[in-house]
Amino acid sequence: MSDSNKNSERTIRVGALARVEGEGALHLSMRNGRVEQVRLEIYEPPRFYEAFLRGRDFREVPDITARICGICPVAYQMGSCHALEKAMGVFDQIDPPIRTLRNLLYCGEWIESHILHMFMLHLPDFLGYESVITMAADHGPVVKTALKLKKLGNEILAAVAGRAVHPVGVCVGGFYKAMEPARAQALLPEVRSALDEMCNLTLFLAEKIEYPDFERSYEFVALCPENEYPMNLGRIRSNRGLNVDQEEFGQAIEERHVPHSTALHSIIKGRGAYMVGPLARLNLNHEKLHPRAAELLPKVCAAVKRDLPWRNNFLSLPARALETVHALAPAADILERYQPPPRPFVPITPRAGSGGHGTEAPRGICWHHYRTNADGTIASAGIIPPTSQNQMTIEEDLWQLAEQITDLADDQACQRCEHLIRNYDPCISCSVHFLKFSRSFDGEPAPAR
Amino acid sequence: MPQQVIPSGAKPKLAVYKFSSCDGCQLSLLNLEDQLLDLVGAVEVAYFLEARKRELPPPYDIALVEGSISTPEEAERIHKVRHDSKFLVAIGACATSGGIQALRNWADVAEYNRLVYASPQYIRTLDTATPVASHVFVDFELRGCPVNAMQLLELLSAVLVGRKPNIPTHSVCIECKRQGLPCVLVSEGKPCLGPITQAGCGALCPACARPCYGCFGPMEQPNIDSLGARFSEWRYSPREMKRMLRLFNGYLEPFKQASDHYERLEQKQ
Repeated sequence: MSDSNKNSERTIRVGALARVEGEGALHLSMRNGRVEQVRLEIYEPPRFYEAFLRGRDFREVPDITARICGICPVAYQMGSCHALEKAMGVFDQIDPPIRTLRNLLYCGEWIESHILHMFMLHLPDFLGYESVITMAADHGPVVKTALKLKKLGNEILAAVAGRAVHPVGVCVGGFYKAMEPARAQALLPEVRSALDEMCNLTLFLAEKIEYPDFERSYEFVALCPENEYPMNLGRIRSNRGLNVDQEEFGQAIEERHVPHSTALHSIIKGRGAYMVGPLARLNLNHEKLHPRAAELLPKVCAAVKRDLPWRNNFLSLPARALETVHALAPAADILERYQPPPRPFVPITPRAGSGGHGTEAPRGICWHHYRTNADGTIASAGIIPPTSQNQMTIEEDLWQLAEQITDLADDQACQRCEHLIRNYDPCISCSVHFLKFSRSFDGEPAPAR
Repeated sequence: MPQQVIPSGAKPKLAVYKFSSCDGCQLSLLNLEDQLLDLVGAVEVAYFLEARKRELPPPYDIALVEGSISTPEEAERIHKVRHDSKFLVAIGACATSGGIQALRNWADVAEYNRLVYASPQYIRTLDTATPVASHVFVDFELRGCPVNAMQLLELLSAVLVGRKPNIPTHSVCIECKRQGLPCVLVSEGKPCLGPITQAGCGALCPACARPCYGCFGPMEQPNIDSLGARFSEWRYSPREMKRMLRLFNGYLEPFKQASDHYERLEQKQ
């Protein structure tokens, strides 16, 4: 790392790992019914991944970065693998069947993570339950079907890479061992029937839920490959003209460290906040959905009474449902045609180099950058996870929402704010009750933490 | 396993806590999809922020604690958790060994902080990340990065009926042999930590044709010296030995002591 860009790289690092999951607090300051300040505080214990990655062997990195998040370990593994393959000069040599198997692995993670978020964490907000546990009493069949689909996502992960949480089969260059064809054959009928069930669940979510009116003008940012819905590859684009190569993404954004959070706020240089995640992916890539998801799209748009592009992130729920259909459909195609790759991984000779790459984690772009030494050890590492990129947009959303809920009691206002934040499926949504909510009116000082 | 933990007649109250961690071990509980609805029928989920908003007041009959203790706030909070819980189980590598973030225990945390954070003065952290048992009495420890969901279910079932959980402490090699997998160490010369690592994963790595990297931590009385001698015949350096041991359970004895030994050898070279 050269001294001249040390500060900017340092900034990128910060955003990364403080917000992987954690606790937050929200304080709204109001004067005369108008919002004066929104402070979304996030205090996740720092774990210093980018510091202790230095000196590790590049082959250890996907195992280590997986541990950043137990819910989307594949996203961290894929970011690490692609970026390190660039650093090692083998990115263009990865065999197409290896890329296909990586897509199948990612389908498993999208299914598992999207179902967990939609049905265990987010849907209770829309239907007025405190948790999926109480929701299950009234909506047993929906919850049971969702659990079955979540299990199937985990089974795909286990079949391709050994286990669902922190898979062991992934390596820089490919896989330690290719999935056995028998595993693919065993999964295929389950995936096919799950696809039909997920289509029904998608229509259920579109038709049975009243989505709040909450439109804003967002800059949507997502990977945009030429011929497929984004997962592992593609240039990074937005609806406002951002169009950069993967390597350049780190220079296109800047992150600011604010005193009220261990997290940084990401902005696009010279513009401002932006949104990553399912709504951004769908708005920018809907014409590339798998035909099974594409045929559902007009029905979903009609049911929610809004055409694309959707500028309302409460619609991230049906967007995730469509993406789950999209993940199941290519998974079935890949399993049906599966032949083990001729070689499971591409051999790599360590070298000094650098590489940056982002993939589409279930909750949005997760971007990695590494520099390596000649012996293959890591010289520097920087990771920008999706939640850090959405945080400023979440605060702007809260700013608008706060003015609509000044008449509500604190517990109801808190619930509305939590619901809005969960639209982003932030890793902090793992703790359903993460908000310590407080408000002050007409210039009272905000309570000290 | 103390039978008096569960009051007769009442549904036992379960609490799940998170400290510094990735959420993967809590997720393993939610990954018991087939048993989940039965489980929430058998226990009262009294405190589980990942799953529900409602909180019931303590005391809790069973507490599952994920994560290591790495901030001043956590060092305080773990005492409250102990106070509120009758039977406290540390789940996963972070809670039982300090986890991957315990690598800071060998480093200058102020330097780490300056490197990672633009404004290090905003960050409150301890110089070490340590297991729960370094702070409070722990009734049971369940290993793994992440824990095995079936072992978690076995543990909960055992506590509910008041028997000893059947959690083996022998090495991964036993699991590997039972599955009839070819030995990646003997037949392929790969640096496998299976001989010194506790079972529980199902020998996943050898099944994926790669050497075990020790994510369930040291087995009971591992012969690390003997394995290290074999690795050094294969020209693995003390530095590489140290690195292999200092991963997800590096701060747990005897991995810690052995890694310190290889560090001294590395410095002599």
